[in-house]
Amino acid sequence: MSAALDKTLRWRLRERGLDGVTLLVLPGVLCVLALFFYPFLYGLFLSFAPKQGGWMANYARFFSDPFLYDTIGTTLLLAVPVTLLNVVLSVPVALRVRLLHRQRLLTTILVVPITLGTVLVAEGLLTYLGPRGWLNRALMEFGLTTAPVRLIHNYWGVMLSLFITGFPFTFLLTLSYVTGIDPSLEQAGAVLGTRARGRFFRILLPLLAPGLAVTLALAFVQAFSVFPSAILLGAPAGPTRVISIAAYQAAFEQYDYPMASAIAMIMAAVQVVIVAALLGARSLVFRGPASTGKG
Amino acid sequence: MRRHPGELVWSAVIWTAVAFFVVNLLAMIGSVVVNSFGTRWFNSWLPSGWTTRWYTLAWDEFQLPAILWVTVEVVGAVVVLSGLIGVPAAYAMARRNFPGKQAVMLLFLLPLLVPPITYGIPLATVLYQAGLAGTIWGVILANLVPTVPFVVLIMIPFVEQIDPRVEHAARVFGARTTGLFTRVLVPLLTPGILAALLLVLVRTIAMFELTFLTAGPTSQTLVVALYYAVFAAGVRPGQSIDAMAVVYMVTTLVWLLIALRFVNPSQIVARAKR
Repeated sequence: MSAALDKTLRWRLRERGLDGVTLLVLPGVLCVLALFFYPFLYGLFLSFAPKQGGWMANYARFFSDPFLYDTIGTTLLLAVPVTLLNVVLSVPVALRVRLLHRQRLLTTILVVPITLGTVLVAEGLLTYLGPRGWLNRALMEFGLTTAPVRLIHNYWGVMLSLFITGFPFTFLLTLSYVTGIDPSLEQAGAVLGTRARGRFFRILLPLLAPGLAVTLALAFVQAFSVFPSAILLGAPAGPTRVISIAAYQAAFEQYDYPMASAIAMIMAAVQVVIVAALLGARSLVFRGPASTGKG
Repeated sequence: MRRHPGELVWSAVIWTAVAFFVVNLLAMIGSVVVNSFGTRWFNSWLPSGWTTRWYTLAWDEFQLPAILWVTVEVVGAVVVLSGLIGVPAAYAMARRNFPGKQAVMLLFLLPLLVPPITYGIPLATVLYQAGLAGTIWGVILANLVPTVPFVVLIMIPFVEQIDPRVEHAARVFGARTTGLFTRVLVPLLTPGILAALLLVLVRTIAMFELTFLTAGPTSQTLVVALYYAVFAAGVRPGQSIDAMAVVYMVTTLVWLLIALRFVNPSQIVARAKR
């Protein structure tokens, strides 16, 4: 009797797609639940259990102390310009590289800084952009400047490091979107007498827009979480005291884990707000690219 | 399409910009390499002499053998574990439709979209409370967060390419799930597994944030040790820090070149895309 019941239960579960094979997904799911989802929830609860004060004390302290809340502005001031610059530059370059038959060498060179990571880029730029580095030497050789330009231990050092790792990222992502566009659409535009500028604004850009919104979102989130280069290449006490530094200091210098969790949650919230705004704008403005193509 | 003169100018502008970027990138890497081999480098284009003594200095001073061994252990464990967990999960995701599958998919996507520093701090807090942070196991566990979903997402299309009739045939001949995996699926999936695991390897060598937040003095990987060396610059000669940076670069780039035999460079970036 129970064996028969067991069999029908098993059979009914299988009908719904649940059998031994489906269970193979469990270790992966448990891994992400235990190491990603649970810590996030734990951090959220911990942020409402401050060392002193009421349940909102951590957030109240963050938004009343300029040393803390200024980090949002500082981080945005770095992340927003560099994200826009990276995406705006990626589009024309990707459109041109798309026509290239042998892209492999260029894409391989560009994937190098992404792979090496921010710590190495920071160390490289410290040498390269330093007062006696090759860049300043070249600038002085060409007579563009008489004294070395100060590019490290300030805003510009971090900005350049975000550019050197961020541009390849946005470019490769944009390239994968651009190569997904059917070239015959642009050829049709050309046959009908549309110039390059018109083909870009009326055919390519609307088709590319949804992908660009995703690229913008991913690039922004990466730039907003800038950490090692802000310390090594920037001025972590002042102009490049980004929000991740504040979170790190709360956790590992003051050992105030509730406060650190609160800052991490604020960091996540800013990212979510901006990403939601970008993806929302995408669905508002570019609902059905084909409808604008008829005019 | 006939080229308009304006388009040629535009094309020249773009290629100049790309060349400018690439030249600066190579010069940045080049200055690290040159500095690591130079004796003294002051007001000149190149150092006054060449030496390899910074490498022997870095080898002893930064305890590179110990750090390299920890790196091998961490990376090896992360590669093996994320393969063992990720590949079966990808198989289930590709072959079965079950209730809540979309939620599971979202669960695998999130760790790839949220930057490590954001979830790393709560994760490190939990690992400290569990007594795992500061140990090599804490570092390994933290590194599994992005790599397991990464393997799952890369492997799903590879599994979908396999004709399900091959599996049905194996089932008809009496293969159980374990046998199906070891005798049929793994051999067929080898190119995909190789690609996924090589990318995991490269990403774990270069994963700074998670390792930094969870490592103790004896569980640092190469990239974290490099960070501390740069952070404490001035304590040791800059050339020996650059020597360490070169060791790190060579370790990473060798594996990147091997990985690029199996994957396209743009796949490294476009992973988060559906």
